[in-house]
Amino acid sequence: MMGEQTLNQARMLVEHIESGDEQAAQNALEELSKLRETDLYRELGKLTRELHDTLNNFKLDSRITDLAAQDIPDAKERLNYVITMTEQAANKTLNAVEESLPVSEQLQGRSEELGAQWERFRRREMSAEEFRGLSRELDGFFADVGQSAASLHGNLSDVLMAQDFQDLTGQIIRRVISLVQDVEQSLVDLVRLSGRADGLQTSVAAVGATAAAGGAAVAAAAVEEAPDVEAQGPHVPGVDEGENVIQGQDEVDDLLSSLGF
Amino acid sequence: MDKNMKILIVDDFSTMRRIIKNLLRDLGYNNTAEADDGKTALPVLQTGDFDFLVTDWNMPGMTGIELLKAVRADAKLASLPVLMVTAESKRDQIVEAAQAGVNGYIVKPFTAATLNEKIDKIFERIATA
Repeated sequence: MMGEQTLNQARMLVEHIESGDEQAAQNALEELSKLRETDLYRELGKLTRELHDTLNNFKLDSRITDLAAQDIPDAKERLNYVITMTEQAANKTLNAVEESLPVSEQLQGRSEELGAQWERFRRREMSAEEFRGLSRELDGFFADVGQSAASLHGNLSDVLMAQDFQDLTGQIIRRVISLVQDVEQSLVDLVRLSGRADGLQTSVAAVGATAAAGGAAVAAAAVEEAPDVEAQGPHVPGVDEGENVIQGQDEVDDLLSSLGF
Repeated sequence: MDKNMKILIVDDFSTMRRIIKNLLRDLGYNNTAEADDGKTALPVLQTGDFDFLVTDWNMPGMTGIELLKAVRADAKLASLPVLMVTAESKRDQIVEAAQAGVNGYIVKPFTAATLNEKIDKIFERIATA
């Protein structure tokens, strides 16, 4: 189409020159120049868009590099920590159970024995001598019951506290889910980019939106760059480090008293 | 310190609310209620006549720090003792909570002894204030 326009203009130019119409020839020459400029601009536009594309691809690529080099290893460590935490909780609980079962069995056994003897006493089948013996045993038994109850209480409290893993691992897993969503989004964008249809115009629009989405994904997943007082979740050793992280209740107490609280 | 005081426990994980409720029961505090977010907790506090608030930080609707600030900004609730029990352990967060007027700050995972100690300390301070 461009070729035809140029040809027509050229024909008109020749006509005007041949007919001696200087003004018309001048105009025709100007028109031809304008056409050439338009072509130039069109080519320039095309090149600019291609450059824009390439630059945006590169931005997206580096986002994926970040995911691969930083966030995914982070996520793996976090999940490994979840395994460690749940294992520790299970072991604490099992220890408490293994300590408690013999205690409760012993209580049961002893109370049955003594209960049988008490029955004999109630049926007046017991001599005074025997009763004195039973009396002493009951004294011992009451002391045992007190101790056993305290021991069971302690073990049950250990089991109670061991359940705190669920809240902490839940928070860690939520963060990993969020990261997986970011990876998913980046992959979708990458697929869309590489399968783009013809028409640089559409591609430029898509890449523009992708760059924006990629930027949003970076912002959403930028855990370490988040404003200081946003929620960060449980401290995962090896992943959450640095002097801004306080480790343990004692350090918290120290910090607070140093501030005068 | 009144063992019958009314305590509100706020955490988005129900397991954690249960743990804290049982620990408080063990310490003799049986008058407890629960909320699963700062957002649901605030109206409960406003109509509820509570003596003590125990809250997490990281919650989807309204975070614990926002709840604390809202409590301190409400004339009726401003002097309510608040204890934060949370996994958030960055220095800036602890400082922000202290500046916003929190009475105590416990990091998870914690022990029953720590909870007991911090509660005692909070009410000692209030008594001598």
